[in-house]
Amino acid sequence: MTVQKVREILEKNGRLSTPVTDLADDSDLYNAGLTSLATVGLMLALEDEFNIEIPDSMLGRKTFSSIQSIVDVVEQLTQKA
Amino acid sequence: MEHTNQAGMSKESFEKLLEEVHKIGEEIMRPNARDVDANARFPQESIDAIKKLKLMGAYIPTELGGLGLNITQLARVCEALGQYCGSTAMIFAMHQIQVACAVNHGLSNEHFKNYLKKVASDSRLLASATTEMGIGGDLRQSICAVEQNGDSFTLTKNAPVISYGKQADDLFITSRRTPDSPANDQVHVVVSKEDYELEPSMAWDTMGFRGTCSEGFLVKSKGHIKQIIPAPFADILSQSMHPTSHILWGSLWLGIATDSVNMARAFVRDMMKKNPNAPQTAALRLAEVHSVLQLMRENVHGCAEHYQQLLSENNAEALDTFSFSVKINNLKISSSSLIIDIVSKSLLICGIAGYRNDTKYSLSRHLRDAYGASLMVNNDRIMNHNATLLHMHRGD
Repeated sequence: MTVQKVREILEKNGRLSTPVTDLADDSDLYNAGLTSLATVGLMLALEDEFNIEIPDSMLGRKTFSSIQSIVDVVEQLTQKA
Repeated sequence: MEHTNQAGMSKESFEKLLEEVHKIGEEIMRPNARDVDANARFPQESIDAIKKLKLMGAYIPTELGGLGLNITQLARVCEALGQYCGSTAMIFAMHQIQVACAVNHGLSNEHFKNYLKKVASDSRLLASATTEMGIGGDLRQSICAVEQNGDSFTLTKNAPVISYGKQADDLFITSRRTPDSPANDQVHVVVSKEDYELEPSMAWDTMGFRGTCSEGFLVKSKGHIKQIIPAPFADILSQSMHPTSHILWGSLWLGIATDSVNMARAFVRDMMKKNPNAPQTAALRLAEVHSVLQLMRENVHGCAEHYQQLLSENNAEALDTFSFSVKINNLKISSSSLIIDIVSKSLLICGIAGYRNDTKYSLSRHLRDAYGASLMVNNDRIMNHNATLLHMHRGD
């Protein structure tokens, strides 16, 4: 469920050079063309969609490095809410 | 992070070491600094003196034969060296940045343990080849790639700048992991001078930091795959190279700024002796610049202590956050701007004596070095980066 939504958001906001459908959950998103500017759009869209606020301590390169790591963070934050 | 060597040297031993550093500064570095600068030559005698103090292995753990300084102590050494010769201090800092990458990310590997032992025992000089022709200054992209063949590899890189490339014993080269890897899937490779050739491509005739001899070269190297640092370069950069660079650079710039204020202070004192009834304008300017120097010093020291704290906690998550990157970028932007401000204010105090090249108050080299600080990794690039990262910052 979360994975599917994250994939949709990534497709819209990630500006990747590889189509999201070609990526595995653990594929490296930076290798797929994710830039830091695109990360901003991605973060804002994730926060909007899931109604969360990602704290500074989780805002780092690793969080956005794969679909799985994004899902992990989103699930951690939605469970808290 | 595999090793974070933050216990450091005992306070007493370190104070003694720092005294020795100031001694070689006064006796060897300062007397040669003008010639190094005028002829854009490598500061051989200063580096030899540094080697005699075993400082090439300053950041290498004692169990591997190094001095085992922590990052704040290493920063203090850079600050001290910067007071005597900016080029020597910059060479020392760049060497230590490579050491830090190998210490923090290579020690799980027997090869790098032995390698660091050799760096400490033989005082090997380590240089860096990160920027690449066709990419510009973006460290997170490479064109060149490791070409593996069995257990060995070849790597050719067209580097527009390799500081002291000709004098170095080893090169730390960034490169794509394989010829099929995307530009940002990078590794950090260490090759020794027996295994590389350098074809000079660009000279180094610059305004400042002239003794760093940062010429351009086409590097053709080979080696064994164990010479590739195990961690991805992205981790090495965010956890070690980025913070260490800006802390050590900031420290040596602080040293240059400190020396210029010391000269201004000596000038004001001399003036008072000659004419006690002279107007106090220069003294007022000294009071002003002294407060700016304190601002710079506290900022550099504070960032070094913060980094040391995170290292001693082995807190890779915190080091990888955007907020830590922003902080380190801010250190670079502010210290590289403040050094210009401080040296310029010192020049106003020393007046024509500071403007001349042939007085003991000459600030020509300091001012020219100072302008390099905002250009080596251009501040505009860093501010653009922070402009993006700040969208993802919750506030302090």
